[in-house]
Amino acid sequence: MGIEVRVEGLTKSFGGQPVWADVSLTLPAGEISVLLGPSGTGKSVFLKTLVGLLRPDRGSIWIDDEDLPALGERRLYEVRKLFGVLFQDGALFGSMNLYDNVAFPLREHTRLRETRIREIVMAKLEMVGLLGAERKLPGQISGGMRKRAGLARALVLDPKIILFDEPDSGLDPVRTAYLNQLIIDLNQQTDATFLIVTHDINTARTVPDNIGLLYHGHLAMFGPREMLLSSTEPVVRQFLGATRVGPIGMAEEKDATEREAESAAGVRLPPLPPIPVQLQPSNGQPRRAERAPGSWCAEHDVVPPVGSFSEVLV
Amino acid sequence: MTNPVAAALRSSGDLFGFCVDVLRAVPRRPFQVREFVQQAWFISSVSILPAALVSIPFGAVIALQLGSLVRQLGAQSFTGAASVLAVVREAGPIVTALVIAGAGGSAICADLGARKIREELDAMQVLGIDPVQRLVVPRVAASMLVSVLLNGLVSVVGVAGGYLFNVVLQGGTPGAYLASFQALGQPPDLIAGEIKALVFGAVAATVAAYKGMTAGGGPKGVGDAVNQSVVITFMLLFALNFVITAIYFQVVPQKGS
Repeated sequence: MGIEVRVEGLTKSFGGQPVWADVSLTLPAGEISVLLGPSGTGKSVFLKTLVGLLRPDRGSIWIDDEDLPALGERRLYEVRKLFGVLFQDGALFGSMNLYDNVAFPLREHTRLRETRIREIVMAKLEMVGLLGAERKLPGQISGGMRKRAGLARALVLDPKIILFDEPDSGLDPVRTAYLNQLIIDLNQQTDATFLIVTHDINTARTVPDNIGLLYHGHLAMFGPREMLLSSTEPVVRQFLGATRVGPIGMAEEKDATEREAESAAGVRLPPLPPIPVQLQPSNGQPRRAERAPGSWCAEHDVVPPVGSFSEVLV
Repeated sequence: MTNPVAAALRSSGDLFGFCVDVLRAVPRRPFQVREFVQQAWFISSVSILPAALVSIPFGAVIALQLGSLVRQLGAQSFTGAASVLAVVREAGPIVTALVIAGAGGSAICADLGARKIREELDAMQVLGIDPVQRLVVPRVAASMLVSVLLNGLVSVVGVAGGYLFNVVLQGGTPGAYLASFQALGQPPDLIAGEIKALVFGAVAATVAAYKGMTAGGGPKGVGDAVNQSVVITFMLLFALNFVITAIYFQVVPQKGS
């Protein structure tokens, strides 16, 4: 079962330049959350802060009863074993083949026999569809395979919290779809808490239980998927709709005059697109964290956009 | 923030902090024997040949410099003494320092820098493994071992180079060259040279590892880090060389004084 991660008032700056301030959110145990944001808003920095690779200026990250930024180095290394992280390019060790890469955490942290290690490694490699490639070096395989191998390595210690740094960057749409399906299936099998950092709208619309949007140095909104997809908040609407109309400009935030000119010209945000059905596990069984389509909207008396939750969309 | 003085102070403070981290990681078990052996083998494979090739002309040039002067003074029989003194005390450690920093240090820096920008080091930390303990400590230890051995090699090859030059080209007598070894030099000179080499090896590897692990900004950042690590190591080693020599002269009484 996954662990809840509670972030309170987290603030981070680099050399006096704030990256984001006062970010507070709770990643619910066992659920999939997506953190979105325009390029350069510090999504990867947030992810690295979450595992203690970067120290925040202020704020707390509560995992069980431990505040991660306040931990000593020794304890931090212990708590990190709860995490599995998939880095952007897989971050495989270039001098080892895939098998040794995946076996590495087991060899370092456990006293398992080599036959047992082999079973575990092969099981994880099978899970990500890399059986038969275990003798290859990271330099000899494609980016998508490296990502999947990185995922297998992240999974090998059975982490309770799994973080994905842009799992879809550099992948074609088909491979992205496969990887998203893999993420859903993994969540079903492991019940771990997932956080995906991305700016792929399709992933954000169909995969998660919760969505967060990081924008202009703060967390604009965080909540259930249906809440954000039915939200009329301009920033959320613009980003999830991937349009030019709205407060987000090419470089940064649009200034007031630009916004005024936009509204004077009668440019309006297009109507909300229908909310798609969430991606289902491939074996047809529901995930533990899954909610019925439209349940959030019904509970909060929100009328979802026309055409929402129809299977035809998928 | 962009104040250059503050920036320089900050990076030297960071380097010092890194040294403390390395020292604290030294006693932590398990010591990475495999990594240590691989690194020692690697560093010696890139440094033995350049060290030998640099030390032959170094010994020869000392013989050349001294040759005509001592002949005019009628002190030809002391060429060997001067050669041993110069090579064992100074040239040995300095050549070792240059080779260890230039060949071994740059390789360590490039390797760790590449791992850093590929996020391998981050991945390692997330997997609960301290890269300082896993990667840096064995490299520093290997570099120290190889430095000490290299210093011995440089001393032998340098003195042999001086011998060849003096005897074959300058017409000196082999017996006089060998017999005068004890005239100025003494065994503690060799020990001091080895201690210098040990310190140089540690400093070169630590600086290289620090620069590699703090590299940023893509492949160009790694190139810059390698460049800086070599320059910083050279400066540190020459300064250290002076300090250790000064201490040595205070502690060990010299012949003929």
